[in-house]
Amino acid sequence: MAMLQVLELGGLGTLLCVGGIVLVLAAALVMIFNRLVVLKNRVDNAWAQIDVQLKRRADLIPNLMESVKGYMKHERGVLEEVTKARTALMQAGSVEEKAKANNALAGTLKTLFAVAENYPQLKASENFKMLQEELAGTENKIAYARTAYNDSVLEYNQTIQVIPYNLFAGMFGHAQKQYFGVTEAERQNVKVQF
Amino acid sequence: MATNPMPDRGNGQRVSFFDAIDANKRNSLLLIVFLTVLVFLAISAFALMFDMGWVGFVMGALIAVLYALFSYFLGDRALLALSGARPVSREENPYLYNLVEGLAIAAQIPAPRVYMMDDASLNAFATGRDPQHSAIVVTRGLAEKMNRAELEGVVAHEMSHIGNYDIRYMLITVVMVGLIGFLGEIMLRSFLWGGSGNRGGRGGGGMLVLLGLVLAILTPIIALLVKLAISREREYLADATAVKLTRYPDGLRNALIKIRDNYQPTRAATGTTASLYFADPIGKKAAGLLATHPPIEDRIKRLGGF
Repeated sequence: MAMLQVLELGGLGTLLCVGGIVLVLAAALVMIFNRLVVLKNRVDNAWAQIDVQLKRRADLIPNLMESVKGYMKHERGVLEEVTKARTALMQAGSVEEKAKANNALAGTLKTLFAVAENYPQLKASENFKMLQEELAGTENKIAYARTAYNDSVLEYNQTIQVIPYNLFAGMFGHAQKQYFGVTEAERQNVKVQF
Repeated sequence: MATNPMPDRGNGQRVSFFDAIDANKRNSLLLIVFLTVLVFLAISAFALMFDMGWVGFVMGALIAVLYALFSYFLGDRALLALSGARPVSREENPYLYNLVEGLAIAAQIPAPRVYMMDDASLNAFATGRDPQHSAIVVTRGLAEKMNRAELEGVVAHEMSHIGNYDIRYMLITVVMVGLIGFLGEIMLRSFLWGGSGNRGGRGGGGMLVLLGLVLAILTPIIALLVKLAISREREYLADATAVKLTRYPDGLRNALIKIRDNYQPTRAATGTTASLYFADPIGKKAAGLLATHPPIEDRIKRLGGF
């Protein structure tokens, strides 16, 4: 009788042990899953911030063209380049394409504003000044959004490479995200600023 | 705008920032309870002095709770009104507006409202109860005399206060401590003028008056200590976070140097609201324990070390 009780208790003990281990494993799995979701959402959210600003930049350009057209009659080439770069940005799909198109557009705009220096009447126009500030502001916001985005991508990419996340990342549908790149030219500019 | 106002705990260097958010939320709750009780005690002491009986206690409880609610939900507006700041529209100052929006993107919080104080000094503050209900105030002097990188440094510092919920803690402290200080002063004066005590004739009267006197002296002191506790360490953390947002320590450092070299007090600031500001707006040389701000030299030095 006493023997039976011990046996029964032993069986119960094993059951509790196994149950406990399963519970702990399940909890760990839930935590891994949630952590990956949170990090991925952060990346998506940061990307949305970039996308909003890219769209804003593209939306400002037709207004800029309109205000510049009358003054810069002899600069057709410059204006066409800007328009072309804008179209390319609007058609770009992936992160890499958008980054490239955005950098190209930044370059053409820089040329446009440099050329505009030769037109005092244009420079004095209130509308032009406002658009210039808006575009500069948007460019800054893109830079900040890019930093925030790349930070969140770094954290995400790092996390899905380390144990234990790497064991489950693929299973939960997670893959490395692309960084929003900076061109060589832009890097050089930053260096000059420092 | 799709933003993530309450990010979870990150790992690595971000931990201290998220710890700061948790600590601020917890401390805000503790503080609001503590200060509500203190306001209640202060009013009760007042009621004792004038023999108002239980009506005084009920009134005290009611006023204390209402005032706590007011501080939390409307305190930021009261502070903005007190500072004389007025809202800046996008059309009026697109430069400042874009700059604030850009740094809000960097901090990954919704853009705060932008205000300007018509004051020639170089200063700024932020207020609100959370990042969704927040405002950044800069003086006219700051907007005019700082270059872009410097202004970004100062605004990023204020953005850090918003992002890590310093603003909530400071809001409760400043608004509620303001009332406690005011009540304490009224009570002290009514003693000095011999307001009560000679009335009544009940046996316990003297005892109660003594209790009232002790409370009258103690409450403003406690309030002052609470206020001093909020300021200094927070400023260093906000400076560090600001550099993380702008990735350019020289901007904030040059801003601090410019403030030191062109120092003038901010007129609208009072002893109660001083601890809100970016740089000490009063400028009295209160050293050590009584200073609301860390020495500006110290902040400059720390930024050089990054």
